[in-house]
Amino acid sequence: MKICVCVKHVPDTAANIKLAGEKGFEDSEIKFVANPYDEYGIEEAVSIIEKHGGEVVIVTVGKSSAVTTIRSAMAMGAHRAILVKTDSRFLDSDLTAKALKAVMEQDGLPDIIFTGKGSVDTENFQTQYRLAKSLGMSIVNEVSSLTLDGDKALAQRETIAGEKQVIEMRLPCVIGATKGLNEPRYPKFPDIMKAKKKEIKEIDLSELGIDASQGKVVIEKLEPVPERSGAKMLEGSVDDQTTELVRILKEDEKVL
Amino acid sequence: MARTGILIEIENNAVKETSFGVMTAAAGEEIYALVLDDDAALVKDKLAEYGAAVIVNITASGELSKSPDLQAQALAATVKEYQLGTLLGTASATGRDLFARVAAILDEPLVSDCVQINITEKTVKKSHFSGKTFATLKVKGSVLLCTLRPNSIEPVAASGKGAGNIIEFLANVADPGLIQIVEIKKDTAAKLDLTEAPIVITGGRAIKAAENYKMLEACAQKIGAAVGASRAAVDAGFAPHSMQVGQTGKTVSPRLYIACGVSGAVQHFAGMKTSKVIVAINEDKDAPIFSKCDYGIVGDIFDVVPALTEKL
Repeated sequence: MKICVCVKHVPDTAANIKLAGEKGFEDSEIKFVANPYDEYGIEEAVSIIEKHGGEVVIVTVGKSSAVTTIRSAMAMGAHRAILVKTDSRFLDSDLTAKALKAVMEQDGLPDIIFTGKGSVDTENFQTQYRLAKSLGMSIVNEVSSLTLDGDKALAQRETIAGEKQVIEMRLPCVIGATKGLNEPRYPKFPDIMKAKKKEIKEIDLSELGIDASQGKVVIEKLEPVPERSGAKMLEGSVDDQTTELVRILKEDEKVL
Repeated sequence: MARTGILIEIENNAVKETSFGVMTAAAGEEIYALVLDDDAALVKDKLAEYGAAVIVNITASGELSKSPDLQAQALAATVKEYQLGTLLGTASATGRDLFARVAAILDEPLVSDCVQINITEKTVKKSHFSGKTFATLKVKGSVLLCTLRPNSIEPVAASGKGAGNIIEFLANVADPGLIQIVEIKKDTAAKLDLTEAPIVITGGRAIKAAENYKMLEACAQKIGAAVGASRAAVDAGFAPHSMQVGQTGKTVSPRLYIACGVSGAVQHFAGMKTSKVIVAINEDKDAPIFSKCDYGIVGDIFDVVPALTEKL
């Protein structure tokens, strides 16, 4: 069995995003990591291969520096990787899906593709759908439980509070992973060392005939979300504090 | 005036408040309210009140309720049939999924989870980097597809009532047959959905035990709130993951967010930063949450929450 996992190289969520110019940010000093949701995909792929045999290929579209993220995915047990290089910081979902499709077709189509349910940088939740559609594969996103059964898979996804859909899908399929699917492993030192020797094939986005400037969603401006300057602290006894809070919420804020 | 389709979400024969918010975002446009696999007649008057010029009752042969792909095909066919220049919906679990499928079918750009939209300019505003920044994006497609973050736009009835004529549309589409919903598992206790609730009360690590969430539920019940949990509380086994607010959990944007015993990690803020009013109750006066919320009470949640509940 062959499984591809799409992994995005994103700023660590704890990183302080320093804006630069109208629509950029300083990326030289902040830490980049594998998109947290993608890690559930890597873990699931590696555990399936451990059971059924085959290989896990990491596919990343990003800057050259994404190699660090790819190595961390390899330390979790992926066998090899393909990096589609682009300098664009905000390659849109459509072009990203096209790039993923092109390299997967070159490399040989997998039986299963894992992605995260979305990325924590641009939060657009759709590349996996475009990829699935272009490859004619089935897709379920936000999957928190997965069972394979021959040429079928059973995926569970939460819809509204306390309600879960159980969806039967035909393989080959695309799975958008989320928390609950598994507990991603922490690589051990020997795994990290071994990962350094694994193959990463690099290819330029332009070699795939994709022009990064042709995106249909274009960033115009990036601005900080206004921070609250600090709470108005309510003083006095518990009774005073809660009485004042209810008054504020009802009369001043009008949210009750 | 651009012809704007809005996917209406219906629950228990009533339009969800969040859908009215989306209609409000399209005020001034020619609104086509799209009702998929439900009875439009039951909600006709309400949709007209929020400005629906036309209500399209969409059906298709096949079991729509069992196939997200078939639903997406039917919706995409509707966009083409009525030449909708814009298609808007709620960024709920269902909306996010359906819109991504429709965008892939139509091969048009989509922006998910927006907090603001300008239909004429085709620009939208949304969160980037886990709620740390807002991005303004220009969408260059022939159809503008967009889901809006629940509660980001306050529903206001239209200044002029729409005609609200119902059109029946039988979409001539086929299910690709790749996926099928085979079962829906329901939790016995019907709870308010976190992402759509107008008020959210969250319990953090200080809640100490799963059964103590009852205290928050009692408070929530009085004000129509949903109950959430921080990651620390979920990881400690006090609450299921479905209740988690923040990164790797749910993103909420209620008009009132009450954090009880939550320290206020960056990852937690990623999931609730755009709430209108944030209140924090925490024993530790130096908890990071106090520097980033609107109102704070330093105290033991087991004293403060019951006192608060009593006064609501």
